[in-house]
Amino acid sequence: MPATLDTPPNAGARDFESPVADRPDVDLGNYRFGFHDQTDTYAFKSRKGLDREIVAQISEMKGEPAWMRDYRLDSLALFEKRPMPTWGGKLGDINYQDIFYYMKASSGQERSWDDVPEDIRKTYEKLGIPEAEQKYLSGVKAQYESEVVYGSLQQDLVDQGVIFTDTDSALREHEDLFREYWATVIPADDNKFSALNSAVWSGGSFIYVPKGVQIKFPLQAYFRINSENMGQFERTLIIVDEGANIHYVEGCTAPTYSSNSLHSAVVEIVVKKEGRCRYSTIQNWSNNVYNLVTKRAHVYGDATMEWVDGNLGSRLTMKYPACHLLEEGARGETLSIAFAGPGQHQDAGAKMVHAAPNTSSRIISKSLSKDGGRASYRGLVKIMDGATGSKSNVVCDALILDPQSKSDTYPYIECEEADVSLEHEASVSKIAEDQLFYLMSRGLSEAEASGMIVTGFIEPLVKELPMEYAVEMNRLIELQMEGSVG
Amino acid sequence: MSTLQITDLHVSVGDTPILRGVNLTLNSAEVHALMGPNGSGKSTLAYALAGHPGYTVTSGSVTLDGEEVVGMEADQRARKGLYLAFQYPVTIPGVKVADFLRHAVSNVRNPDRKEGGELISMREYRRELYERMDELSVDRAFARRYLNEGFSGGEKKRMEILQMAMLRPRFAFLDETDSGLDTDAVNVVSEGVAKLAAEQKMGVLIITHHDRLLHYNTPDHTHVMLGGKIVESGGADLAAELYTDGYAGVRDRHPEVAAEADARREAAPPELVGA
Repeated sequence: MPATLDTPPNAGARDFESPVADRPDVDLGNYRFGFHDQTDTYAFKSRKGLDREIVAQISEMKGEPAWMRDYRLDSLALFEKRPMPTWGGKLGDINYQDIFYYMKASSGQERSWDDVPEDIRKTYEKLGIPEAEQKYLSGVKAQYESEVVYGSLQQDLVDQGVIFTDTDSALREHEDLFREYWATVIPADDNKFSALNSAVWSGGSFIYVPKGVQIKFPLQAYFRINSENMGQFERTLIIVDEGANIHYVEGCTAPTYSSNSLHSAVVEIVVKKEGRCRYSTIQNWSNNVYNLVTKRAHVYGDATMEWVDGNLGSRLTMKYPACHLLEEGARGETLSIAFAGPGQHQDAGAKMVHAAPNTSSRIISKSLSKDGGRASYRGLVKIMDGATGSKSNVVCDALILDPQSKSDTYPYIECEEADVSLEHEASVSKIAEDQLFYLMSRGLSEAEASGMIVTGFIEPLVKELPMEYAVEMNRLIELQMEGSVG
Repeated sequence: MSTLQITDLHVSVGDTPILRGVNLTLNSAEVHALMGPNGSGKSTLAYALAGHPGYTVTSGSVTLDGEEVVGMEADQRARKGLYLAFQYPVTIPGVKVADFLRHAVSNVRNPDRKEGGELISMREYRRELYERMDELSVDRAFARRYLNEGFSGGEKKRMEILQMAMLRPRFAFLDETDSGLDTDAVNVVSEGVAKLAAEQKMGVLIITHHDRLLHYNTPDHTHVMLGGKIVESGGADLAAELYTDGYAGVRDRHPEVAAEADARREAAPPELVGA
């Protein structure tokens, strides 16, 4: 694979001012998850900062084999060598020496919520995770700071050979399988933040679905940052074997602090022949989290990879879930919703690389911006030489809710093959006076009317989510919309 | 019995005056026809009555049973029982007819309902909605479609009447509801309007060029608008005459207003023609 595929689209081509820089402290409004727990009972807390000693200490704490420690140290060197990206959003005030890279809040991972330390358990109860687990999930991982504190998987899936564990345990318990796939989809030198993650990674989900196994209900991971200046660097690796099927869901929140936290995950997925993987994210970080995530899937013959990516919250998100369609008939899809509120910049999109004949991809992106927020769509469709008969369809729609807010679109298409079908549609609209008037003339208040227009705008995406998440997504959007008009 | 009283109403769009002193009284259960050539101000009156923020009342008043309506937001007016059937209903992608209308019905029937307050019961609502859809020959599948998205001209107009039937206003303004409809659709819509007017004692102002809607809804009063004023009022026979003979007779009887209207039309920015 040429190296150009491994750099973000449009690297270096644009460097723009972000409105974020002009806002000292953003009004965090009614963010529901802004509470935090005490941290003095933690089992382990690294000192602040990033250097070889910290990285080696993390590896030692985890009792890792030497090859992983060396991989981390090499990655740190790559991270230090690489310049900060100059495109996307404003990254200027991340101070890497002012961050905690590793914190362990409890001594181990529990299989029963009753055994999880009370503070932490209560946090997850407030977030509604144990309740959701009982109702409609096949398994749950709860990560708190750097480590997974709770894990469960239905017994029948265990019996069928499904592995759903945290990534640290996977390295200990399934080292051969782990090593076969580790960093094969996203190498450490892919980009600055994948290098950082490779150096200090902790936690995340490791999933293996054996041949032909169909997992009916979603597996969910929930990522929670609790401390100020915390960096969360989970590493997720999902392997869907031939003809298998999985829906994985992740949710994320963090408390509201005056200084920033950093979330920089790496998610690698392999979907083998005729397999199917859907990965849904509902990310709702507080407005002081930098969310810089690399997500990529390798998709093989007649397999399907679907990213459903809901980006609410965070100060800056840069995230472009990618599918590399490597064998004939592979299919990739990204559905992305970004909502940029005050002081926020969502730079989100997707990458589809067609590397084999008759592959197909679809990108649907919906972005909303309000109260000075900025939502950017950034995407790449690349059709490589020989990928004949491939098809790609990109639709991106932006809705701007007031004159202070901003939306931009950076679509990139690179096509090396003639016999293909490429479609791109983009629209930008403001909430039209005529739409508001129409709904208000039927008795809806201005707030109800604009809320309804917004809900309608994202409806085509929300209906792709399972019911429970659709309800959650709509509720989050409603919260973001509250008090926005009038 | 309710009364909607329009007194010396002047309305501007931007800096351009369109209505220049309209007087009109509507009572419950009365059908009024409002006719007049393009650009005479008929639709402007409808928008102004419904409270479109782009239409500024510069003087005059509109009272509903003595209460001033000018200054109320559009949603307050709807909750007081005013309804506009749009000439060009807008499309709202992603918003299902049934969901939107359930909110609207809840607000209008319970005017004190706050945002997030309880909605009308689903069972009761669905039964009533389907009943009304059947009456107006609207396929029940439309309940699950997005509001006006991909609807034909006729389907949009029927949707306007369906909404009216569900919201049961005290006064309805039908803005060119018959234009763009085929004969069958005009018949269905006309019967629907007539039935509602009779059942609900609804007062109706029908804005039209044609007499097709009026055939089923014989007007108690006909008004002719020219140059932003009502220049003549009469009975059903006036509507018939205008339909047969056009507006030449009216212009002849009011040469000064006609000349003034022509002069203003020449000078008006093109987007206001038809307003």
